[in-house]
This record gives sequence, structure tokens and C-alpha cells, in this order.
Amino acid sequence: MIAVELRKLFRRPRTWATIGVLNALPIVVAVLLAVTDLAPRPGQGPAFLSAVLTNGALFPLAALGIVLPLFLPIAVAVVAGDSVAGEAQAGTLRYLLARPAGRTRLLVGKLVAVLVFVLVTVLIVAAVGFLLGTTLFQAQPLAGTSVSGTTLTAGQLAGRTALAIGYVVVSMCGVAAFALFFSTLTDSPLGATLGALAVLIASSLLLTLDAAAPIAPYLPTRYWLAFVDLFRDPILWRDVSRGLGLQGVYVGVLLAASWANFATKDVKS
Amino acid sequence: MTAATGATVIATRGLTKTYGRVHAVDGIDLDVRPGDVYGFLGANGSGKTTTVRMLLGLVLPTRGEVHVLGQRMPRAGRRVLPRVGALIEGPAFYGHLSGRENLSLLDASGPGGVRRTRRSRVDTVLEQVGLAGVGRRPVRAYSLGMRQRLGLAGALLRRPELLVLDEPTNGLDPQGIAEMRALLLDLHRDGTTVFLSSHLLAEVEQMATRVGVLDRGRLVLQEQLSVLTAPTGATVVTTPQPERVTATLDGRVRAVDGQRVVVRGDDPAEVNARLVAAGVPVTGLALERPTLEEVVLAAAGTSTDRVEAP
Repeated sequence: MIAVELRKLFRRPRTWATIGVLNALPIVVAVLLAVTDLAPRPGQGPAFLSAVLTNGALFPLAALGIVLPLFLPIAVAVVAGDSVAGEAQAGTLRYLLARPAGRTRLLVGKLVAVLVFVLVTVLIVAAVGFLLGTTLFQAQPLAGTSVSGTTLTAGQLAGRTALAIGYVVVSMCGVAAFALFFSTLTDSPLGATLGALAVLIASSLLLTLDAAAPIAPYLPTRYWLAFVDLFRDPILWRDVSRGLGLQGVYVGVLLAASWANFATKDVKS
Repeated sequence: MTAATGATVIATRGLTKTYGRVHAVDGIDLDVRPGDVYGFLGANGSGKTTTVRMLLGLVLPTRGEVHVLGQRMPRAGRRVLPRVGALIEGPAFYGHLSGRENLSLLDASGPGGVRRTRRSRVDTVLEQVGLAGVGRRPVRAYSLGMRQRLGLAGALLRRPELLVLDEPTNGLDPQGIAEMRALLLDLHRDGTTVFLSSHLLAEVEQMATRVGVLDRGRLVLQEQLSVLTAPTGATVVTTPQPERVTATLDGRVRAVDGQRVVVRGDDPAEVNARLVAAGVPVTGLALERPTLEEVVLAAAGTSTDRVEAP
């Protein structure tokens, strides 16, 4: 089932179009920076972007920072929101279940396919970012500077970049879980995607509100940007570990709800 | 209704599905036996589709039991459904993939489709439904009739013992319908039981051995087709002089409709002899048999599409 779902996902032109569009923004940013040589001042603009001109090896992180607030969640919500509702809308869901694919197995297949999509997408963004960083800017891949100003060895930088990629993947799993849950509720893929995005937008909005401070630690987007803390010296684990725990709870609860709903649902599409 | 002999292919007991206060399907006892072509008739909205979906485990019954191929559904779906081929409310495919890829993905999505034989099975069913030469064209470029054929191909992939078909001739042209009928009768001859849900009486009358009629969620009729359309004990005489038939066979004429006279008596030869002896010209003579349409209309009420003022 997992192999079938992966085949379906990656044979679909739309999947690659999404990944392509996702990479367009970092490319535009990189080209503009390289041509104008005008980096944002430290502390302004997307994370790491200010340091890119002096060290292109940081551009993979800058690229993730650029797509993380909006583009990446949209892409994940589109794919995860389509997973079950898309089959329902196309009418193929009834044939899959009558085949029988098994409801739980189908849901697991969809989930794994979405997770693989998240991983592949993040890795491609990072890889394209690395290529851009090393060709357009002066790269110092042998050493880097931490956010705290100390020097990181090439090994440390690579390791922390891998951790950051992993952290972004986990954050996106939360988005995927919301979209997948909505996808089992409705026969409209668009509805499921927009539902997940509505949750994220609401969360981001509440985070700007002082009055919402008591619930802020429980909002799904609260710790998204904590991957920057992985580049402090020493690593500041507090927000990272809270972020991981929070996403873990969201993913667990939402997947359980998705399963409970889908396993007993009347399929009338 | 006679008692079921041997194992039944589909047996439901008190099968009920309610949506809120609406009884979509209301306590039906289906009985489909091996070797049947079971015509499942009913107006639009009578509950046919809901019933078909409950047979396949897509919709869960509110009450009652479903047994398919001798096992309880939906619990045994994983063992039962690989032996069932289904076409449910029109075919559905991934438009950007070819027909061949669609069938191969569907086959890989569940148990009972051996990977080693997949390619040859796909080729076989495409040939069976007349799509052997369709090539790598994506399904989105198929005509409605081609999609319907591909849907049937998907149902046939694992040589099912039971075919559950919901309106299988939808979108086919007359030649396509004739081909589809020939194919289904072929499969039936080879031992496949066919459950054919349709609102087209003529289609069912030409193929079915057994008929069930659903009306507003209730099974109002379930019987062998040969019993339903058995001679009524009357003879139909066609003549240009109907009034002379009435005069000759005084008291035995039940109805006159133009040149068609219905006479009591199940021996056309005797009726003919008396009319000829009296010099009445007879141009046609047959035993009276009710059509399936008459049987169904007598058993079921008005169309459920009608919404009368309260």
C-alpha cells in the first residue's frame, strides 16, 4: 500500500510542480542578493539571510527560513489535504476500499506518502539552497559562524544543519496531520487544505496578540522558528524540545482522530 | 419464495440503513444464489446504491446482517472482496495515468492480486472489454464508453466469483450495450454470479434469471424471472375484426384493445380452431405473459423522484 501511494504521489505532475514553485522563491532571493549585494541587516528579514553574503554555506538554512512561514506549509497542506478527500472527489476511494485496500492500511499509506513528500521537499529545498549558496556567494563550507558569534567547524555546521532539517520536517508533520484529519472529514480536497491553513493562520495571528500569551505555548506554529536555536553556541534546546513535544502531541491526537473517523465512516462519494 | 438451496452468494437479513429519520434501506432480505444473474431493480432514490455499498462494506448498516460468499461483511472484507468485482456508480480513475497503469495500481492496492501475473491479467481483461489497442493514452482522454469498459476491466481483474455491477451500461452506445451483455452472459456461462443493479427494465429483462425490486427502501418483490413472466392463463388474439371474436367467444373475452383481444384459456390452438371455424380472420395468436415492466409497476409505487405537495 505504501509503495502504491508513493507511486501515485510522485508520478503526479502536480507534486513536482509544487516542489518547483517552492524552490522558486529562494532562487529569486538568492539571485537578487547576489546581484545587488544588499543583505538585510542582522536581526531583520528571514533567519540567516544577513549572513549569507559572507558565507554561502548558510543559504540552505536561509532557504528553509524563507519557505517555512508560508510556502512550505501551503505545499504540505495541499498534498495532505488531497490525500483522502482527493480520492473521494475523484471517486477512486470507493474502488480502493472495495478492492479492498483496508481503511487503516490506506490511511497509513497516505500518511507515509505525505511524510515522504515532506522529507523530500525539505531536502530538495536545502539541496537547491546549498547549490545556490556555493555558486552565487563566497562559501566557507569548512567553517561557519554561530548565531552567538563563535566559530563552528564544518562538521558541526553539517550536523546542525541536518538537525535543523529534521526539526523543520517534524514541524511540517503537524501541518500534515491537520490537513489529513480534515481530509477524512470532507470530500473536498480544497476544503481540507484551506481548513489546515486556517488553523495555521489563526495560530500565527494569535501569537502576535499579547492577550493570547497564556495559550501561546500550545499553538501549533509557536516553535516553528526554533530551529535557529540549533545554531547558538551552545545549542539552546529549550524551545526545540518543546516544539518537538508539541508537534508530537498534535500529530498523535490528530492521527487518532483521523483513524477513528475514517475507519467507521460511510463512504458515499 | 422458495428456500435457499446450498450456499447463497449474497444473503442479507433485515438489512437497514437510516440517515437521521430517513429509512434509505428498510429491512431487506436479499437472497442471491450461485449462478444467478440477479436483476436488482428500483427507481432512482429507492435505495439501490446504498444497498450495493453496504454489500461491499463502503456504507455500514444501521441494523441487520450482510453475508457475501458465505462470510459476514464488512468484517470479512479482506477475505471476501478480492473474490468480488465491482462497478459502483460509474467508473473512476486517475486521469493523468493510462488505463493500463490505473488497472495495475488498483490491483496492487489490495490482497489477492499476484504481482507476477499482473501484466498478463491486465492485458487479458483489456482485451475482454475491447480496449486492447488503447495504448498509453491517459484516461482523461477516454470517452465515457471507454471509461465504462475500463471500469468493467477493473472489476474482472481477478476473475471474480461475483460481479456487483451498478448501472454497467451507462454511457455505452447500443453496440457497446450489446457487447457488454454478450460479455456478461459469457462470464455467467463460465460460472460467475452477476448482481446487476439497474433502473433499466429492458436491460434486466434480457439478462436476469432472478429479480428483486426495491421500492422506497423495501424489497417488494424477489422471484425467478421465469415465474414472474409466466403465462397468465389467457391467450392474446390479434385480429382485424375484434367485435366478431367477442361475438364468437361470448363471455371468455377479458379485454379488447384495438386489434388485440385477450381471451381466457391457455390453449391457443383451441381458441384458434373455434375462431377459424366461425370464419374470424386471425393474424396473431400467443399466450399472454406479463412484461417485467407490468410486474414491477404493480409491485412498486410511484417514482420516488416525484415530490407531491403535502
